[in-house]
Amino acid sequence: MKITGKTNGGSALIQALENEGVDTIFGLPGGAILPVYDPIIDSPIRHILVRHEQGAGHMAEGYAHATGRPGVAMVTSGPAATNVVTPLADAYMDSVPLVMITGQVPYSAIGTDAFQECDTTGITMPVTKHNFLVTEAQDIPRIVHEAFHIATTGRPGPVLIDVPKDIVDPQNPRSAMEWYDPGPIDLPGYRPLTNGDPKLIRRAAELMMRAERPVIYAGGGILKARASAALKELAELCDLHVVTTLMARGAFPDDHPLCLGMPGMHGNYTAVTAIQECDLLIALGSRFDDRVTGKVSDFAPHAEVIHVDIDAAELGKVRVPEVGIAGDCRLVIEELVTALRDLGAPENLPDRQAWRSTISGWRETYPLVYEMSEPGDLLKPQYVLEQLRDNTPDDCIVASGVGQHQMWTSQYWKFNHPNTWVNSGGLGTMGFAVPAAIGAKVGRPDRMVWAVDGDGCFQMTAQELVTAATERIPVKIAILNNAYLGMVRQWQEMFYDERYSEVYLSPDLPDYKMWAEAMGCVGMRVESPDEVLPAIEKANGIDDRPVVIDFRTDAREKVYPMVPSGRSNSDIVVGPGQGDGGH
Amino acid sequence: MMTAKDAPEPRLHILSVLVENRAGVLTRVAGLFARRGFNIHSLAVAPNDDDRFSRISMVVDVQSAPLEQMIKQLDKLINVIEIDELAPHEAVSRELLVATVSAPPDVRSQVIELVQIFEGRVLNVGQESILVSLDGAPEKLDDFERLLRPYGIEAMQRTGRVALPRLHQRAALGVVDNRAS
Repeated sequence: MKITGKTNGGSALIQALENEGVDTIFGLPGGAILPVYDPIIDSPIRHILVRHEQGAGHMAEGYAHATGRPGVAMVTSGPAATNVVTPLADAYMDSVPLVMITGQVPYSAIGTDAFQECDTTGITMPVTKHNFLVTEAQDIPRIVHEAFHIATTGRPGPVLIDVPKDIVDPQNPRSAMEWYDPGPIDLPGYRPLTNGDPKLIRRAAELMMRAERPVIYAGGGILKARASAALKELAELCDLHVVTTLMARGAFPDDHPLCLGMPGMHGNYTAVTAIQECDLLIALGSRFDDRVTGKVSDFAPHAEVIHVDIDAAELGKVRVPEVGIAGDCRLVIEELVTALRDLGAPENLPDRQAWRSTISGWRETYPLVYEMSEPGDLLKPQYVLEQLRDNTPDDCIVASGVGQHQMWTSQYWKFNHPNTWVNSGGLGTMGFAVPAAIGAKVGRPDRMVWAVDGDGCFQMTAQELVTAATERIPVKIAILNNAYLGMVRQWQEMFYDERYSEVYLSPDLPDYKMWAEAMGCVGMRVESPDEVLPAIEKANGIDDRPVVIDFRTDAREKVYPMVPSGRSNSDIVVGPGQGDGGH
Repeated sequence: MMTAKDAPEPRLHILSVLVENRAGVLTRVAGLFARRGFNIHSLAVAPNDDDRFSRISMVVDVQSAPLEQMIKQLDKLINVIEIDELAPHEAVSRELLVATVSAPPDVRSQVIELVQIFEGRVLNVGQESILVSLDGAPEKLDDFERLLRPYGIEAMQRTGRVALPRLHQRAALGVVDNRAS
């Protein structure tokens, strides 16, 4: 569609989306948004009809995670708008660029408790980077352009556009408008930072040149800023070890000798302890989340802190840095590299042999291992993950839900490429995996996409597999079915005297294989270790429909290491066999 | 992270916030303060000389959160154009008070005298009470209120302070200048 001259708000909205380069909308129509759905028929934009609006939101997030481009979703007013609050909050916490369009009752009916009316902009204000209530059709091209600008620049995030029905309905004179191409962005209150302050960059470089035990604490901002290559250059230039947070897995390759893996509550011993013992913590696009810091006053107690973030409000929010640099992670890292070279790097660095040896010692003594299952026992979830990891392409995209399976996936997978790990970090949204994997596959049809899900999570959003089957989106779902809300069970076992309250789900109800088949997927069930690989290989060979494998796993298995909530990271508890070199 | 404030640091600071004059902007500001646990002591909002903008004068309690966090979080709101942080001694601030004071004939002249001393005004006179107003620095209003109280204040409304920076001492904390170091 290419419109010029006189048009209506609904057509203009679709035209504006096309102009932003949107190729896919995830959505579900309803009364208030109906007029916008009519021009979709004539648009090259692919619309994916979801089965629940929450699915549309998470699909758009998965699309954004996998491609780095903004995800777009569109739903109607009232209950549809409230159903997308969770994905909006999720995207806000994890800084995912998202544009959400919601229908609204006609402008004149707002405030009258009309059918399917709710105060969408009011409800979503705390969970969006910004939102708009469009009052005039004429504003649509400009507002759509501003929404994409806000969603994708600075610290990315979700932006919602609430569109009253009258201004998009061609039958209504209020929808009449003249198409125009929006001019340059004019948002006087929004000027995202880019380059860092040169004086501060110099100071940071000086600290890096003299540190004896430096560690880079890389966060999701590295991926958002497309700074992976810059990060690698920085780490290699000054021989800096890197930990990658849950949101940054893949931002620095796991197979790199300087990569220490994930820190935090379920981080590996070396990553957690390296932070505790370092003398310089270089936080790049990370926000000192409580799941990373543990008890804040005991976090990295010997370290000076350099903190780089595009959101100035993150600097000093949790930990006051010695040097806080507001700016785009990629640009600041590049500026740091230049400053370090000016100071003589890679020469003139202190001798860090002792630090390197200490780190290798931890790696040898505290490997990430688990005990193999006894014959006849249920599967070890870690074994399933290792098999999946070793029998999928290196650039396979992996999505997960929230809980034990998420932590195991983050721990056991080897992420060697950016944007291959799609998960819900900050909000911790159970049910994220299935729709997010679908969105990722739509965005990257060339990649294999697996979701690792828990049985509890799967039951929350599984209906979107109907969407995937209908739309021929061949995602693959591995359910680690331990018949429990596993992470809650783990906490009840460890901290509530094994009093298991309301966590049992049953392995057989629902029957996941039959459920998958009913939704148009291939369903499989795997109960013994020797069936694992053949099932994965069979799934990898299916490319015309989704596949669901129900892996029956051992509910007694716990996620280790673990820093108990509110405790110091120095109190890290390792699992059986994880403290003696894996023997 | 909250840092201990030095004792002489005043607890209340004034933020003079230039915002776009759009529906819902006050909700965004108030909502931000509520969800981040920042306390607002008083608030005054009105359109600017340029009707595309409004100015919010807010007195904030810096014991509830570090001032720097409040400013940086406010700055993230798209509709917020500019934030001036005014330490009390750097601001010229004014507030308006209106009050209905019990003033039967036997004490009425005393009350009117008090109003005159403070350079206030009598706006309305009834049988048993009078309605007075006073504008000025908030401390002056505090004194006035204290002296009126023995006569019996039947109703009172204060506006919250409005403020602008004292000239030549403007400490700009605009969008581009609030880098932490």
